[in-house]
Amino acid sequence: MSILVIADHDNGSLKPVTLNVLSAAVAIGGDIDVLVAGEGCSAAAEAAASAEGVSKVLLADNAAYGHHLAENLSALVTDLGKGYGHILTSAATTGKDFLPRVAALLDVAQISDIIKVESADTFMRPIYAGNAIATVQSSDAIKVITVRGTAFDPVAAEGGSATVESLDNVQDAGSSSFVSEEMAKSDRPELTAAEIVVSGGRGMQNGDNFHMLEKVADKLGAAMGASRAAVDAGFVPNDMQVGQTGKIVAPNLYIAVGISGAIQHLAGMSGSKVIVAINKDEEAPIFQVADYGLVADLFEAVPELDAAL
Amino acid sequence: MKVLVAVKRVIDYNVKVRVKADNSGVDLTNIKMAMNPFCEIAVEEAVRLKEKGVASEIVVVSIGPKVAQEQVRTALALGADRGILIETDQEVQSLQAAKLLKAVVDEEQPQLVILGKQSIDSDNNQTGQMLAALAGMPQGTFASEVAVDGDKVNVTREVDGGLMTVALTLPAVVTTDLRLNEPRYASLPNIMKAKKKPLDMKSPADFGVELKASLTTLKVEEPPKRSAGIKVADIAELVDKLKNEAKVI
Repeated sequence: MSILVIADHDNGSLKPVTLNVLSAAVAIGGDIDVLVAGEGCSAAAEAAASAEGVSKVLLADNAAYGHHLAENLSALVTDLGKGYGHILTSAATTGKDFLPRVAALLDVAQISDIIKVESADTFMRPIYAGNAIATVQSSDAIKVITVRGTAFDPVAAEGGSATVESLDNVQDAGSSSFVSEEMAKSDRPELTAAEIVVSGGRGMQNGDNFHMLEKVADKLGAAMGASRAAVDAGFVPNDMQVGQTGKIVAPNLYIAVGISGAIQHLAGMSGSKVIVAINKDEEAPIFQVADYGLVADLFEAVPELDAAL
Repeated sequence: MKVLVAVKRVIDYNVKVRVKADNSGVDLTNIKMAMNPFCEIAVEEAVRLKEKGVASEIVVVSIGPKVAQEQVRTALALGADRGILIETDQEVQSLQAAKLLKAVVDEEQPQLVILGKQSIDSDNNQTGQMLAALAGMPQGTFASEVAVDGDKVNVTREVDGGLMTVALTLPAVVTTDLRLNEPRYASLPNIMKAKKKPLDMKSPADFGVELKASLTTLKVEEPPKRSAGIKVADIAELVDKLKNEAKVI
């Protein structure tokens, strides 16, 4: 049976996480088709066509899909998905929003946030905020799956030469509409795709002090993150939150500054390759997972780090 | 306007999770249980809508063992008007939960259904969306603001990279994110009053739903443990290690 992957994109470009989802599809095995549904998204479709391992790209370019409204997107994917053995997308907010609707409309279960493919019907996924890992087997004819991108190495972005087929399948439920959006503007890499992440916690004391970390982040080409404590205290916006209820990251280097290491935070970053912790409390739980720990006052250590880079 | 809120009984947020020695699941014997935190936010939002005069009646529903009455009573103490418990000792997966809730929606005909975005045990993040699909309703998931306006509801959603606001035609499903509100505590007089509020006991069979699960959990394991590394003396040593040992900068 073949696999349908629904691409993550912002109409203009393909999001890198799509390459990680494709990697999960390759691990399952079978022909892989990619659906790019959006408005003015042909560039994203072209990018998907050159990714490694893709047989065919389906392009649904219509205003109904422009903002990825779950009602319309799920109707389209349900319609297309009947011919596939697996339907995959990333466990980002778009996938989490529309894919359970697809599963319900196909009358099958969804397997959320998989971190490993054991076989075509058996997958591993974290439960209880990552405090346990479940291995689950599905007996459904169509497996509907969201993939934790950071758990899979991406396939190559170039080298493929899939055909792009335009669909004129327009599903407009008419029950929902886009009103507005407020997206954080940043020149830094996206948090979930960054090679290096610099995160601050309650120890930063206020939002202004995050500028210190920004300097370090910019020198390293890193994304900025934060603990829930820092977000709840209003130091930084909520889209910076790393943890069980925020973003799950797994960069090559994660630098935690003034973060104690609550279990919910660890659930969001313990997949990082190398973890550095800077905290003045040597008993802080973050040191139990850090490869390199520095017990120091961050207000002295961070400017020193900035100067040393 | 009638509001339906679904709540789930789960392990208490503050309890440390332990995997059973035989890897069959998580040990829940003698563990403190509570209402799922995202469900508390759902109840709070419904109560605020009633206080604003937008909601006229709040019905709270749960699915689970008989003791899940505790969580329904908690919701009643927080301000819900009446409760329904669909009693079962079996494991209920998201799709079955959504089918049961769809049956309740058919009976109760609410204008708004509010659920938590996910439960902190199975972490699926599915039931609200599945219910919306089965009931043919639009959905506003991961809500950080809910504003009812005539026959529409505007929902501001927490999405990757920021916030997105959608307008939904009622009836609709909303799932709550953490920052939607801060739930209140139930007062003692309200806890006493909640004991007299109606609570209907139902079974899955009453709604003609068969609890047939298509997912089997083969095993549950502890996540791989990270071990503590070394302590460095100063920034110079840290930078040296990152450059020459870990080779990450």
